Amino acid sequence: MTFVVNLLLGLLFGIGLVVSGMSNPPKVLNFLDLAGTWNPSLLFVMIGAVLVTFLGYRIVLRRDRPLLANAFRLPTAKDVDARLLSGAAIFGIGWGLGGFCPGPALTALGFAAPGALVFVPAMFAGLWAARMLTLARPPLKQA
Amino acid sequence: MTEFTPFSSLIGGALIGLSAVLLMALDGRIAGISGIATRLLPPYREGAGSLSALAFVAGLVCAPFVVMAVTGQPVLQTVSSNLPLMAIAGLLVGFGANLGGGCTSGHAVCGISRLSTRSIVATVTFMATAFVTVFVVRHMVGG
Repeated sequence: MTFVVNLLLGLLFGIGLVVSGMSNPPKVLNFLDLAGTWNPSLLFVMIGAVLVTFLGYRIVLRRDRPLLANAFRLPTAKDVDARLLSGAAIFGIGWGLGGFCPGPALTALGFAAPGALVFVPAMFAGLWAARMLTLARPPLKQA
Repeated sequence: MTEFTPFSSLIGGALIGLSAVLLMALDGRIAGISGIATRLLPPYREGAGSLSALAFVAGLVCAPFVVMAVTGQPVLQTVSSNLPLMAIAGLLVGFGANLGGGCTSGHAVCGISRLSTRSIVATVTFMATAFVTVFVVRHMVGG
């Protein structure tokens, strides 16, 4: 059941990315290009997504537990530390170079464009490398 | 140039939000794509939900094909064919997202909706470095 739910919600998330135009890297890059061909579409995606999530979470998180799992898995880390800042900074550079963040890159996989076929394995390698680093040197307060 | 699509971007964003809310309501998890992707990677821990993560990713990959089947329209996706650039971009996106504890979905959608300080700081940080990266690539290097 959890498997089917995740499949359908991945599908819904991906449809949202496609409908919003965010699965297309030039549209993302144009949002990031303030000094050039600025396209504010991404801002509207953010507004739609945050509005629904903010309201939905307020209703859902009032419950004791999710319907199909034992507990809500919410991040517990509170500190703004060097790891958060450097990670976010590095992520932004990669995002600005390729116009892909993880969701859109995965929706691109099926079209098998060479750039996407190179990006996605590199992204997994990056995720894995940072995870190994974190496991070797855990932060003082584990998230 | 890419089209400015406030309406469809708002709708697409709302669908992304709906997916995030339902994932929390049913499976109790944050809809952070980098986190979901990381669950596919070793070392595997009990309760990590690698199988449900695989289902979510499969849904993402299938999404554009479902949109094409329903609308009868092609899904526009232009990916850079500069493969070394895409490899570096992918590495940075993966490494940074894992180190920083999330990406555009986990921090900028789910985290901001939870009013998490860490997520707000991370979002401002990666937006800033992404703006600077695109400025350098497009207006200084002359991409």
